[in-house]
Amino acid sequence: MSELTKLTIAEALNGLKEKKFSAKELTEAYIDKMNAGRRFNAYVSETPEIALKAAEVADKNYASGTPRALEGIPLGIKDLFCTKGVRTTACSHIIDNFVPPYESTVTEHLFNAGAVCLGKLSMDEFAMGGSNENSCFGPVINPWSKDVPLVPGGSSGGSAAAVCAEMCAGATGTDTGGSIRQPAAFCGIVGIKPTYGRCSRYGIMAFASSLDQAGPMGKDVRDCALLLHVMAGYDEKDSTSARQEVPDFEKVLGQDVKGLKIGVPAEYRPEGLNKEIADAWDKAAAILKARGAEIVEISLPHTKYALPVYYIIAPAEASSNLARYDGIRYGNRVDGAHVDDVYVNTRSMGFGKEVKRRIMIGTYVLSAGYYDAYYVKAQKVRRLIQNDFNEAFKRCDVILTPTSPVTAFPIGDKSMAENPLNMYLNDVFTVSVNLAGLPAMSLPIGLSADGLPLGMQLIGKAFDEETVFKSAYALEQDAGFKRK
Amino acid sequence: MSVNNETVEKIASLAKLKIDEEKLDEARSEFNKILDWMAQLDEVDTDGVEPLVSVNSQQLVCREDVVTDGNKKAEILANAPASEFGYFSVPKVVE
Repeated sequence: MSELTKLTIAEALNGLKEKKFSAKELTEAYIDKMNAGRRFNAYVSETPEIALKAAEVADKNYASGTPRALEGIPLGIKDLFCTKGVRTTACSHIIDNFVPPYESTVTEHLFNAGAVCLGKLSMDEFAMGGSNENSCFGPVINPWSKDVPLVPGGSSGGSAAAVCAEMCAGATGTDTGGSIRQPAAFCGIVGIKPTYGRCSRYGIMAFASSLDQAGPMGKDVRDCALLLHVMAGYDEKDSTSARQEVPDFEKVLGQDVKGLKIGVPAEYRPEGLNKEIADAWDKAAAILKARGAEIVEISLPHTKYALPVYYIIAPAEASSNLARYDGIRYGNRVDGAHVDDVYVNTRSMGFGKEVKRRIMIGTYVLSAGYYDAYYVKAQKVRRLIQNDFNEAFKRCDVILTPTSPVTAFPIGDKSMAENPLNMYLNDVFTVSVNLAGLPAMSLPIGLSADGLPLGMQLIGKAFDEETVFKSAYALEQDAGFKRK
Repeated sequence: MSVNNETVEKIASLAKLKIDEEKLDEARSEFNKILDWMAQLDEVDTDGVEPLVSVNSQQLVCREDVVTDGNKKAEILANAPASEFGYFSVPKVVE
């Protein structure tokens, strides 16, 4: 029954409740897809036995009339989330044998709600990258590829590819500078990075703690609403998690967007912006306008500084967070005569090129003599970027921009391999949101002339995911994007 | 600000990383390219601007100072590359 994998989560939940099929059948359909889709290299660990066991429990709960919120829904989990008893690697050789003795809060919420774990999904090593090429398990192939294999985006590239190719009903992602939204855009799916603090970071291997947020990636806006509702919530194990009520995001879907003020920032239309992407942006604005929303031109003047700010702050935090990988308590060890040699040998062998690069930059900007010039300076400009959004949100309710200045590019792109800055520039539309801690969603709006998905981003006020969901749903209804 | 090979080596040693001798020039030039790019922040007037350390505005709360977890020696050591007598083991540190 391969058509079962075409169903959205909302549709599958209805089918399960109406006993049209069992959770076991649904799970088996996804396991078949997972097996048939190995060429995409999206999964780094497959857990079909765990999945089938959970599906059995789900079927019992349906039989007894006590299903939970996501009962029997098969999900893929980004390999950054610790899953108890299931190898978790961050796609890095330094920790590629780690079996967590505990569960991350987000995955615990999902599994306690009846979700079924199909396996762990590939990503850029420690979530550092925008193409999934930095995974120690090799690149992931974007299911939209034709003759040339394309990247799925990153860092949550395995998650995006798996959702796109129907190898899971939905997936978890994390987003530090665009790692949910950019791969969602490249693969033609929906993904939301919630407000900083909305989801607990407990049990998610840390990259940049002041920026990292977990979020859902799904086939459509409704599925993301269902998933986020379960993933979010205060957790005493994460001091930065927000003591805020989690709204029922699904409730706002279909609500009128009439009178809603949609901000369109001038700075996101730099000279030479890809015309197809600019046109798609205009189309999205026109759709919302036709529904009675008001388009408001806004300015986010410090936008151009967001990238250098991000590439100072994120590596600084990463260099501290990744200090723990020293070959002593977990992960691999490369021996040496002295304990210091163990550290150096282990880290030099275990970390990949991009991770080392960022640890080096982070160490530099935090080192004596440069701390004020780089790190403190970046934190000050970060404040100005947040102020820009505060000002803009006095004039609008939600902000509409493209998700990425490019569509999916070929694996092994030369200009990006030669110069890391060219890769960093792809994050230009996404990083500001993390710096300001705001919620933002990417959803597909159409296809390029080459037949590749184009993603739009909706940015909301802090803890106002509801307006993001409401406007994204309206956009989705009228854009008429056809899933792969 | 641009750095020389010596600085790159010093940074690597602070980060407990080793850069092969023959890759040092490449690492330095890449490093400088990134630092040059970051220097555009100098254009921004940040006089009197308070650094933004975290977007989290809520007050941290204190919990009762009691043990909530523990007795997990086996789990904690399960992933260690080497352990002995219930401890993590490392090469000899004190001569």
